[in-house]
Amino acid sequence: MNVTAIREQFPILHQEINGHPLVYLDSAASSQKPRSVIDAVMRYYELDNANVHRGVHTLGSRATDAYEGAREKVRKFLNAASTQEIIFTRGTTTALNLVASSYARSVCGEGDEIVLTPMEHHSNLIPWQQVAKATGATLKYIPLQPDGTIRLEDVEETINERTKIVSVMYVSNVLGIVNPVKEIAAIAHRHGAKMVVDGAQSTPHMRVDVQDLDCDFYAFSGHKMCAPTGIGALYGKKALLEEMEPIEFGGEMIDHVDLYESTWKELPWKFEGGTPIISGAVGLGAAIDFLEEIGLDNIEAHEHALSAYAYERLSAIDGITIYGPNQNRVGIVTFNIGDVHPHDVATVLDTKGIAVRAGHHCCQPLMRWLNASATARASFYLYNTEEDVNRLADALHQTKEFFGYAIG
Amino acid sequence: MQLDDLYRRVIMDHYKNPRNRGTLEEDAISISLNNPTCGDRITLQMQVEDGKVKQAKFSGEGCSISLSSASMMTEAVQGKTLEEALALADQFSSLVKGEPAEFEDYEDIEALSGVCKFPARIKCATLAWNALRKGIEQQQ
Repeated sequence: MNVTAIREQFPILHQEINGHPLVYLDSAASSQKPRSVIDAVMRYYELDNANVHRGVHTLGSRATDAYEGAREKVRKFLNAASTQEIIFTRGTTTALNLVASSYARSVCGEGDEIVLTPMEHHSNLIPWQQVAKATGATLKYIPLQPDGTIRLEDVEETINERTKIVSVMYVSNVLGIVNPVKEIAAIAHRHGAKMVVDGAQSTPHMRVDVQDLDCDFYAFSGHKMCAPTGIGALYGKKALLEEMEPIEFGGEMIDHVDLYESTWKELPWKFEGGTPIISGAVGLGAAIDFLEEIGLDNIEAHEHALSAYAYERLSAIDGITIYGPNQNRVGIVTFNIGDVHPHDVATVLDTKGIAVRAGHHCCQPLMRWLNASATARASFYLYNTEEDVNRLADALHQTKEFFGYAIG
Repeated sequence: MQLDDLYRRVIMDHYKNPRNRGTLEEDAISISLNNPTCGDRITLQMQVEDGKVKQAKFSGEGCSISLSSASMMTEAVQGKTLEEALALADQFSSLVKGEPAEFEDYEDIEALSGVCKFPARIKCATLAWNALRKGIEQQQ
C-alpha cells in the first residue's frame, strides 16, 4: 500500500494548521474525502442532477441509475444477498433508530429483554432505552472484562429465552477493539433473538460480510469511510424488512394512495420516504470504489501496524494511560496524560497542527466504566503515517512538559 | 496562535490552586451544570445574604480553562450584589467573545481573554458563569 500516493488523493491533507503541516488523527469522528469522491459528487451535480424514480426524462434516468448503482455497490461491499436488503439512511444513527422504532417496538413487550454492552455509542444505546420505556422491555448489559473485552461465556450468561434483540458495536470507537459479533449472533439466534450490529467503526476499516456474520441488521455511516456526510445504510435480512412497517411516510415510498388508506412500495424503497440524498449515495459509491481499489485487507493491515506503533510510542511517555488492550486495534488509541485534561491536550496539539478528539466520544457509560470523565483519542486511517504518530508522540511530550506540574 | 495566548500564568495558578473549591452548608443555592459535548461538570453553591453573595464555592471536574474560570468567578462575585454579579457575567461574556470588557476589582479574569482565539474552548470558560446566572435567577 503506497501511503504517499494515497495522501496525494486527499486535497485537505496538504495544508498548514497553525503554522504546521496538518496531522489529521480524528478519522473515527469523520474521515477526509479523496479527490475521486469530491469529483463524483461534483460531476453528479454538473451533469446528472434530477429527482430519482420519477422523471421520464434523461436526467431523471441518469440520477436514478446513479442512485441505484450506488445501492448495488453497497450490497456488494457488505456481501448482502440482494439490493432489497440495503436501505439508504442518513447514517448509523438513523439506521439504528429505524430498527428500534420499527422492528423492536413491534416485537418487544413487558418482560422481554434487549441485550447491549456498556461500551456502546450513544446511538446504539438511547434508541433501545426509548424502546424499553415504550414497550416495558428491560435492557441488559453483557459485562466487560477489566481490559474492555467481551467474553463469550458472559454473552451466554446474559442472553436467554426472554431476549428479543442483541445490539453490539463491531468495533469500539473508544477502545478500538473488535467485538466477536459473529459468535454473539450465533448465541442470540440459538435463543431466538435478533442480532443488530453497529458497524460505524468497522465498515471503513475492514472487510465486512453480513452473510458470514449472519447478523439480522447492520448499520454504518458513509462519512467515516471517505464518503460525504448525510449518507449511510441499513442492511437487514429481507424477511425481517418485509414484515417491518415504515417509520417515515410521504413521497417516494408509496404504492397506491387513497384518501384514507395507502400501500407501500416494495423493498427497499418503502423505508426511503422523501427525496433521498442522491449526491451522497453517489459519493458513497465512489468511496466504495476507492476503498476497494486499495483493498480493505491492505487498509486493515496498515492500520493495525500503525496502531501498534502508536501504542508503542505513546506507552513510552511517562504518566500516560492508554485505554483498552494492545491487540488488534482498529486504528484507535485513546489515552490520558497524568492529570492534564484532554481538552487541554487537544488544544496544545491543535496549536501544533495535530487534530485529535477530546471528550466522552458519545460513550458516557463507557467513560464512567473507565473511571475517566473524558479522554483524548487519536484515530488513524489509510492516509496516516508513522511520521504522523511521531509528530503526535513528540507533541505529547511537549504537552506534558507544558503542564508538567499538573502530573502526579 | 500561541499556547501562551491561552494558558497565561495566572490561569495556570488558578488551575493548580483553585480558590473556593469545596462545598457549602445545605441552605446554600446549589446549581449543577454540565457541558454535554465534553463531560465537564460543575456544581456551584452560593450563600446569599441581604441581596449580596456572601460566599460561593464550586466542585466538579473540568479542564484548566473551566476550573480556573470557576475559581476566578467565585472570588470575583464575593461581596457583590446579585445585580453586580450579573453585570460581571455580562462582562465575562463580552470578554470571551473578544469584545472590550473591564474587571476593575478583579483583574485576574482578564487573563481569560485569550479564550476568544480558541472558539472550541469558550464553552469551557463560560460553564461556571452560566451556573452563576442560573443561581441568581433561582434566587430572584
